[in-house]
Amino acid sequence: MNAFRLPAYLALWLLAGCSAPVNKPVVIGSKKFTESIILAEMGTQLARHAGADARREDLGGTPAVWLALTQGDIDAYVEYTGTIQNDIFKNPSDVDAALASKGIRKSKSLGFRNNYALGMRKDVAAANGIAKVSDLRRPEFADLRCGFIPEFFDRTDGWPGLKKHYGLPQTNIQTMVHSHAYRALVEKAIDLTEVYTTDGEIAQYDLLVLPDDRDFFPAYEAVWLYRTDLETRHPKVLEQLLRLEGRIGEPEMQRMNSRVQGERKEGEPQIASEFLRQNLGIELQSQTESTLARRILETTYEHLILVVPSLLAAVLVAIPLGVVAARLPTLGKGILAASGVLQTIPSLALLLFMIPVMMWLLGKGTGAPPAIAALFLYSLLPIVRNTYAGLTGIPASLRESAEALGLPPWAILWRIELPLAAPMILAGVRTAAVINVGTATLGGFIGAGGYGKPILRGIDKFDVSLMLEGAIPAAVLALSIEAMFGMIERLAIRRHTGAG
Amino acid sequence: MFALNGVTKRYAGRTALGPISLEIPNGRTTVLIGPSGCGKSTLLRLLIGLIPRDAGTITFDGVPVSPEAYRSVRLRTGYVLQDGGLFPHMTARGNVTLMARHLGWQQSKIHAKVRELAELTRFPADALDRYPQELSGGQKQRVGLMRALVLNPDALLLDEPLGALDPLVRADLQTELREIFCSLGKTVILVTHDLGEASFFADRIVLLNGGAIVQVGSPSDLWHRPADPFVTRFVQAQRGPEVPV
Repeated sequence: MNAFRLPAYLALWLLAGCSAPVNKPVVIGSKKFTESIILAEMGTQLARHAGADARREDLGGTPAVWLALTQGDIDAYVEYTGTIQNDIFKNPSDVDAALASKGIRKSKSLGFRNNYALGMRKDVAAANGIAKVSDLRRPEFADLRCGFIPEFFDRTDGWPGLKKHYGLPQTNIQTMVHSHAYRALVEKAIDLTEVYTTDGEIAQYDLLVLPDDRDFFPAYEAVWLYRTDLETRHPKVLEQLLRLEGRIGEPEMQRMNSRVQGERKEGEPQIASEFLRQNLGIELQSQTESTLARRILETTYEHLILVVPSLLAAVLVAIPLGVVAARLPTLGKGILAASGVLQTIPSLALLLFMIPVMMWLLGKGTGAPPAIAALFLYSLLPIVRNTYAGLTGIPASLRESAEALGLPPWAILWRIELPLAAPMILAGVRTAAVINVGTATLGGFIGAGGYGKPILRGIDKFDVSLMLEGAIPAAVLALSIEAMFGMIERLAIRRHTGAG
Repeated sequence: MFALNGVTKRYAGRTALGPISLEIPNGRTTVLIGPSGCGKSTLLRLLIGLIPRDAGTITFDGVPVSPEAYRSVRLRTGYVLQDGGLFPHMTARGNVTLMARHLGWQQSKIHAKVRELAELTRFPADALDRYPQELSGGQKQRVGLMRALVLNPDALLLDEPLGALDPLVRADLQTELREIFCSLGKTVILVTHDLGEASFFADRIVLLNGGAIVQVGSPSDLWHRPADPFVTRFVQAQRGPEVPV
């Protein structure tokens, strides 16, 4: 682990000043799907109503949000009882005690359940005579095409448990993103998918939810999970959050979800404030609707906050590493192999791996720091490799000339070798920069902001224009970085094209 | 200037050179000659520690050439390679003044030195700010020579300095080089495989074969008093043009 500390500190040192912990605002977390975001938005607005400085942080799936809550990056989020019972803990005898041991409490139900269920097109179900889950046991349905999200496919309270409980024969299963599964179902590319009972799409596409006639799926009551210390730190905020207990009915939630998912693609903040106004009589001065240009400016800034420090830190670390690799061949093999291995780790995995690492290093496991650390590691290889290749590619006669002049080793490196290797090194930095800009979009998965945020929201809501709002600026940024480096290279090497 | 005693160089366990014992006299031009692979370039590199020797001692001006002394020996010798060994990212002037700048000379002193050297080597002043790939072969050699002379060294080491040039340029440069050597009165050690060139420059020729010294003497010693049959063969192998009458 210690090997990570130095470069990681370096990456963060460059960010120093950007994250002052004074007056820590209340942070309400959400998972990356509409319902969770609407509820988190309600929580954020309620916290503001209580007079606190509050913001919403959109994180990934259950593990990321739970980790953020226990680590104190967020103060509260809406979870479902079935998930707490089966997924966060493995069927504890006393859920409240298990939560308390982590410094977490849960509220009463907010009033609705969002259960897992299986859904089909009504016409397909009718044609096959399927009306309930147990009908799927018939052998002629073994080839039914199923599309599930990976989480459902893996969880014991998901497909594996369901299959065992009912003795289901289906084997033709693909895993896909939730919104794509709905699309695929509507287009008849698959026959069966899992749904959440409050999904807006159920009404939107008029789908059949198969009754769980043998009571497999546990209840998924929506509840607040909040940090125990919120009671002392922000008692008024907690009081406001708990006002939602028992206030949201299932049809109401489904309606709100479909307004985001449906044709009108309304924003979650509007829907949340509308609900609070109508049901709790809370009138907040509405946040000014941000314009497209303003949003892009904001995501660009967030994106650069990820790219620039990670790239600079990588340059500062990778060039010396490349020099060492070129000087000490045995150690060099190790350095090149290690940076190569880093590159083979899937970027998303590296990103998630950085969450506990950064938590341990800095006490903040979500947002920009883990993304910067992962991008830093990712940017090392092209620079290390090109520095190494640039230095070892210098003709022996030039190195001999420099030695024969009586230049000391550091002066040979500084005056002769690095300038000669500069075009190669620069090309490496250029490659790293472009990879970095692209990979940084994955930062959206861990709440790091940047262009990944609209892209991921766009995928989730199946909103193409929102996806493009992230994708186009990302492409433009990558191209302009290419152009910028192209210009630097031409300026730097114009003079000695015959080098090497 | 240089004194070698029992100097040996091995590559991969095989003796490539030596043991060699040799005195290189002050203020004279010594030419190391021999067929390819005879060890003449290796011998030149051993003198200033560009490659380490495996056995024997070398002294420079009475001081042992040890790894700690390499730098001070190199600062007192100039070294010229076949293609000039110029740094492609620096202009001719940048190449020549590199060491002077590194040692922190004053600008005015550097300017004066460059002017003096350009005059000595007949290098055109307007070409000083060109990069090596914009220079002709002969000009590159002149820059290489200027660079070697900038610290006013006691000895000048040249490894096949004219090997890559066409015959006319080569002949001109040979004449000029000899004049320069004479005017400077420095100790010169020059490596070549061309006996004509060796005879033209040398006060003393050292003929090597298979990593050992075969004969040391004046050009006429080699012609008229060959030490063994190899010398005769080597001398006769260098033929002039055969012109039909």
